[in-house]
Amino acid sequence: MTFSVRKESNGVVVVAVDGQLIVGNRQELKQRILDALEAGDRKFLVDFSRTGYIDSSGLGVLVSLSKKIRDQGGDLRLAGLNEDLKTLFELTKLDTLFGISDSPDEALTAF
Amino acid sequence: MRPVLWADVRAFEQAAEGLEAELRLRVPSDVAFVEEAVELVARHLEASFIDRKLVRFNLRVALTEALANAIYYGNAQDETKGVAVRVLFGRHAVHLEVTDEGGGFDYRFLPDPTLPEARTLPTGRGLFLIRNLVDEVRFNSTGNSICMILRRD
Repeated sequence: MTFSVRKESNGVVVVAVDGQLIVGNRQELKQRILDALEAGDRKFLVDFSRTGYIDSSGLGVLVSLSKKIRDQGGDLRLAGLNEDLKTLFELTKLDTLFGISDSPDEALTAF
Repeated sequence: MRPVLWADVRAFEQAAEGLEAELRLRVPSDVAFVEEAVELVARHLEASFIDRKLVRFNLRVALTEALANAIYYGNAQDETKGVAVRVLFGRHAVHLEVTDEGGGFDYRFLPDPTLPEARTLPTGRGLFLIRNLVDEVRFNSTGNSICMILRRD
């Protein structure tokens, strides 16, 4: 599992999750985004196009990051969820908490 | 001594309900081992269980949750304790037993994480996910051992 971070020309920080977002690595994702938030970034997109599965710890990190980012006047959006991941967000009703786009490109225009 | 993940697979001696093989693991009480343990179990099941989608997602997430609960809440990340995983499987059924060395918990009274006031909380979804991703969940009377059952006819 790896995270790759890039910044788009419109200022959106895109974090791609390659592998799993679970109990063993969620803190790394959290720290990467908190560091960028601290540095002044406010628009974040987590790209799950290459993600296999997410557990409740991973969902929990997304929930707490979303709150922190909103408190700072920013926005966290999600994109690229496969059918399994969509089911996970629907099951937990977290699809009501996040802006979710089908693709990263679509999400980038939604900020 | 550095903790290691330990695993053993063999024919299930008391084969019943289509459960033909048995895989046993001992997972150290460190969440860094969870992914490796889950992948090891999933690889064995992908070759035998009839429904690959259930192994690819439902099983991986459910087992990850059970291991995380056992390590954090059951064993309180005590390095001297381990988590025992016993998997009985065949083509049509999988029984996943995850047992920690803790005192157990009361699994009957857990708040619904989908209620509007709970949705913004970072925790409280683990057992909810397990119950929704597998066909049957059983606990032992102490509450330190969970058995998750997947079936496909």
